[in-house]
Amino acid sequence: MSVASTDNAINTGRITRAFIYLMLILFATFYLLPFGIMVINSVKPLSEITGGNMMALPQVFTLEPWLKAWNSAQIGVEPTGLKPYFWNSLKMVFPAVAISTVLGALNGYVLTKWRFKGDTILFGLMLFACFIPFQIVLIPMARVLGFLGIAGSTPGLVLVHVVYGLGFTTLYFRNYYQVFPTELIRAAQIDGAGFFRIFWRIMLPSSGPIIVVSVIWQFTNIWNDFLFGASFADLDSQPMTVALNNLVSSSTGVKEYNVHFAGAILAALPTLLVYIVAGRYFVRGLMAGSVKG
Amino acid sequence: MSFLKINNATKSYGSTKVLHNIDIDVEEGEFLVLVGPSGCGKSTLLNMIAGLEDITSGTIDIKGQTMNGVHPSKRNIAMVFQSYALYPNMTVGQNITFGLEMHGVAKAERDKSMNEVAEMLQIKQLLNRKPGQLSGGQRQRVAMGRALVRDPDVFLFDEPLSNLDAKLRVDMRTEIKKLHQKLGTTIVYVTHDQIEAMTLSTRIAVMNGGYVQQLGTPKEIYDTPANLFVASFMGSPSMNLVPAKVVANGDGIFAQLPTGLSDQVNLKFSNPTEALKGFDQKEIVLGIRPEAITDPEGADRKAKHIEQITNRVIVTEPAGSDTYVMSSLGGKDCNARMRADAQVTAGQDVPFAINMDKAIPFDPSSEMRIA
Repeated sequence: MSVASTDNAINTGRITRAFIYLMLILFATFYLLPFGIMVINSVKPLSEITGGNMMALPQVFTLEPWLKAWNSAQIGVEPTGLKPYFWNSLKMVFPAVAISTVLGALNGYVLTKWRFKGDTILFGLMLFACFIPFQIVLIPMARVLGFLGIAGSTPGLVLVHVVYGLGFTTLYFRNYYQVFPTELIRAAQIDGAGFFRIFWRIMLPSSGPIIVVSVIWQFTNIWNDFLFGASFADLDSQPMTVALNNLVSSSTGVKEYNVHFAGAILAALPTLLVYIVAGRYFVRGLMAGSVKG
Repeated sequence: MSFLKINNATKSYGSTKVLHNIDIDVEEGEFLVLVGPSGCGKSTLLNMIAGLEDITSGTIDIKGQTMNGVHPSKRNIAMVFQSYALYPNMTVGQNITFGLEMHGVAKAERDKSMNEVAEMLQIKQLLNRKPGQLSGGQRQRVAMGRALVRDPDVFLFDEPLSNLDAKLRVDMRTEIKKLHQKLGTTIVYVTHDQIEAMTLSTRIAVMNGGYVQQLGTPKEIYDTPANLFVASFMGSPSMNLVPAKVVANGDGIFAQLPTGLSDQVNLKFSNPTEALKGFDQKEIVLGIRPEAITDPEGADRKAKHIEQITNRVIVTEPAGSDTYVMSSLGGKDCNARMRADAQVTAGQDVPFAINMDKAIPFDPSSEMRIA
């Protein structure tokens, strides 16, 4: 090493540069490959898959598998397609995400700006929620849902996801509000704003990035959850993930791979959408507060 | 009945006492400055007046009503914070009127008050901007506007100028003083800057270690500091505090101390008190402000007694308006303020004129002024 190297990335030669890009493109392709194959095979007739190469591009382009997966595929005993379950998922995800995010924000607000004796211990206990494996809570949760009379219903699933997500959302908001200037709260108190007024008018409007983080995190987790959905839902409240499983793993009839692929993509689309729309805030929000200024 | 009465107020966190039996009465229209080094409890006291911290014992009354346990918003006070604490999601206009809105003032009236205040502080053109788009000085004005619009009984300022650059700070200082003269409201102002304290206040409370060291007008604080802490804290450059021995004889009472040139000089006190006579042959600390030590031509003609000594110059610091000259007195570095065109250079022996009217003796054991 020379004493003062003037070398840096900007001065690298063309060949190095080309090599870097080549590698990047290669890796990107590699990561995109599974999704690509899913898309390709979801627009092929079944005969092309069973009779040949999975990797080949479709010779006959058809949207039939998509329509079938959505409308009429056999899910369990009913030929309903994934459509009703998609709505089930939405009915579960939206309230669960909204409630857990708002409660997490409130928790964070109280834990940082309305400190009380033992608040750090309480926060520590809430953090444990992030480390509890799903399986451990299954039986106690079943008892609680039964006791509350909401077993096997969408509200029951919402409750499960809210409770399970609170640890994470509280952690996010607590850390975000930790660096939120306390003088602002004091100023608002002198101005005559109360607990909730300060929360709605001062705290929440300044919490954009962390709300995005919380929403993405919760949406992805709840939408993709299979275990709670399979354990606590009835036929009329089963989420998309459970229905997809029922579609794919049914043991009777022909395995319609093209329909399965289409169904899988349908199930993944909402989370994909959330990432594309809000993804750039995700990293920004996770980093917020880590560096001052 | 005083307007703001702090009566034997203390503050403890657990077993740690941070404020000890504070007694301060503030009359209506007064500008009280709480000054002291960081950690002296001045901000805590301000927060207690605001109601943001509760009072461990004692009372705080505003307009004859005890404020203990009264919510900050119901004390009819307004506060300007060090960080300005402007709500980042609201425009300047919304920031200013938020308090009025919370107190249920109608929109039309809010806008009227907002416009008046904006006019007074010359921030009309900023009303639709967000705090993030403002400069430090503008934010400072908005923070003051937010306090002014409430028309409170007492204004509380918590180091409002410490985030501004030096020049702006001086401008805003004048601005605040003008505002006080115009509105005549009662102000309690916290700062660690003793120049701010001197220039703004009608009265100063110098605090240290949770105690009020001295409460008085700026002149009292400056000319007759109660103890060594107040003497050294107030004034810039700070007061020269040099050890000396009291010698009383038929000619008067003298402070005897070595200079950089001779073993002993005797400085005669102009106004010796009875208490000082009791210190005959004892050690004291002699306090002399730099401006009381000058070149003979620059000495105060109205002084009752001026001692002239010759001393060796160690260092000169020309500051433009004055020249500060360092010499050795009583074994310590002693700062003198000479006229800018006084001809002195380092190493030279020059005459110094000491205005003994301004010399203040302190008891080294109790650290109190001998009076």
